[in-house]
Amino acid sequence: MKDWRYLMAEQRGTLLALGIFIVMFIIYTTNHPAGFTANVVQTAANKGVLLAFVAMAQTLVVITAGIDLSVGMILLLTNCLASWLVVGTPFETTLGVIAVLLAGLVCGAINGAIVIYGRLQPIVATIATGAVYYGIGLLLRPFPGGSVNEDLADALTGKLFDVIPTSLVALLVVVLVVWVPFSRSVFGRAAYAAGSSETAAYMSGVPIRRGKFFAYMLAGLLASIGGLFLTFFTYTGEAAYASGNAYTLFSIAAVVLGGVSLFGGKGSAIGAIFGALAFRTIGDLLFVFDFDPLWQPLFQGVILLIAVSLGAFALFRVRNRLEWFL
Amino acid sequence: MSETTLGGIAGRMPKFLRRADPAVATAFACIVILLLLGSLYSRSFLSPEYLLQQLKVASFLGVIATGMMLVILLGQIDLSVPWSVATGAMMACAAAAYGHAGVVLAIPFGILCGVAIGIVNGFGVAYLRIPSMIITLATNAVAQGLMVVYTGGFSPQDSATAAMRYLATGSTIPGVPNGVIIWALIGAAMVFVLTRTSFGRAVYGIGNRERAAYLSGIDTRRIVMIAFAVSGGLSAFGGVLLAGYASKAAQSMGDAYLLPSIAAVVLGGTSILGGRGSYLGTVAGVILITLLQSILSVMQMPEAGRQIIYGVVIVAMLLLYGRAPASR
Repeated sequence: MKDWRYLMAEQRGTLLALGIFIVMFIIYTTNHPAGFTANVVQTAANKGVLLAFVAMAQTLVVITAGIDLSVGMILLLTNCLASWLVVGTPFETTLGVIAVLLAGLVCGAINGAIVIYGRLQPIVATIATGAVYYGIGLLLRPFPGGSVNEDLADALTGKLFDVIPTSLVALLVVVLVVWVPFSRSVFGRAAYAAGSSETAAYMSGVPIRRGKFFAYMLAGLLASIGGLFLTFFTYTGEAAYASGNAYTLFSIAAVVLGGVSLFGGKGSAIGAIFGALAFRTIGDLLFVFDFDPLWQPLFQGVILLIAVSLGAFALFRVRNRLEWFL
Repeated sequence: MSETTLGGIAGRMPKFLRRADPAVATAFACIVILLLLGSLYSRSFLSPEYLLQQLKVASFLGVIATGMMLVILLGQIDLSVPWSVATGAMMACAAAAYGHAGVVLAIPFGILCGVAIGIVNGFGVAYLRIPSMIITLATNAVAQGLMVVYTGGFSPQDSATAAMRYLATGSTIPGVPNGVIIWALIGAAMVFVLTRTSFGRAVYGIGNRERAAYLSGIDTRRIVMIAFAVSGGLSAFGGVLLAGYASKAAQSMGDAYLLPSIAAVVLGGTSILGGRGSYLGTVAGVILITLLQSILSVMQMPEAGRQIIYGVVIVAMLLLYGRAPASR
């Protein structure tokens, strides 16, 4: 009984995000002209999964009480890289996918090394590395173009047994292969501990540096998986500054909606995934209600503003005014 | 002994050298090195015309970085710069389309829109205790959304007023561009506020430890809110000047000012954690960044290469002197 209650308290943010997502998705599908069909779910899943990968990447870093403002740019860079490499015979394609994932891992490792071993503030460091990644992406693709192995792309964006979107299955696999082992490992726990209180964690001999480094590195990897999927959806590579920035912004929105604390040490990537799916669904609500698409950026901005303001309710629980100041 | 000898050596140096912050000194040294490197490439790098031209270009960034510095001194950050700049520019140009009164009120109206964005930021940070990084990203998105709805997704057709063009491109004193004069005035005001007023002392106090500042009787929330409002207003004013320079506003005109403004402040030795830094450093940072951009564009470096060099230089310089103490 008691275990059950602790588990509920721990997963409250995740469950809330799941709830928001289910309500929004029901509103979305009931008002969609085609209704709740496999095709509607597939389209929604494909759009949502992209953001879900980036949101997972952001979660890993946010858990350590840092922030990665370069996730969107890693996504762009790997998108451009994939549009060169993920082509040709199955063997070449496999090598290409591995190279793209490695590139993401390296980007994440660079961020981690600068923040942890270089001891720079994550905000400034990742804005600067983001500029570098964007520059490299632009070098690879000065103009939108390129191609991708279409068999693989169609397989990963289609439907399994004509019902389940393959992209959702891929997301599940990534969660099982990356997130679950990480969060249960010593390094995952070190990342949580570092986010919750770095001094206390350091004093108790937790390997905080390696834990944080792993978090940044895996964030790069997850962002590169997002970049791969972006290539699979669009068949091209494009280095568009605005779209990279938008992904970074939306990843933060998704993380907040998913119940991950921006002060670190609290939340899970599962919550962030539901946050991402919910954010995408809310953004698409405008289309089913036939609004001018021009209103979409404002609508998404207002949702983001409301989502981040919700955290202010914690102020009502503060008994001592000094706790206003962290 | 060792302390007295050190004191002895320092005592013999001129006063301004003794008091100089190593970070500010490094930044100025880098400016000199950049100029020397540039003069190896082309003779005209040391000509007065070129240097004045650089100062004029730097003045836009200088105005924006002034607001950014105030916020960074508090230990916060303002990521809403891109669309504060664009909103200021677009709203000033939009006001100009409304007859004579509109032309007169164009500049104040543009600045006011920036102040409004800043007040939302400040309210969120100071009263709702939302991390500044997040709330400013959100208001940036909202400002972008508002401008997209207003302009219909295209660059607005309204053009800048004569006054805006005069402020940005004219010169009241022969040879000295107006932009430089404006930057000097704003800079002087900022130095006065930071060093001679209780507001300035409170800003440094909050940046060091907000709890202690609150306990010593400062209304920290009001100060934070004012600082964000000033930052928003200065960003928008930078946008007004930019619109005057290009004689119209554009959709993504502010994007190129977020990283440079943060970088200028931080390269100038202001601690990103707040509470430490001088305006002289920010001036050095702004000039340094402008020179770097100018040299890269004179060398006809494509956009991609510029972004890469830019990011690498900022990380490298921060690694030189912007590191946090080790956790022990």
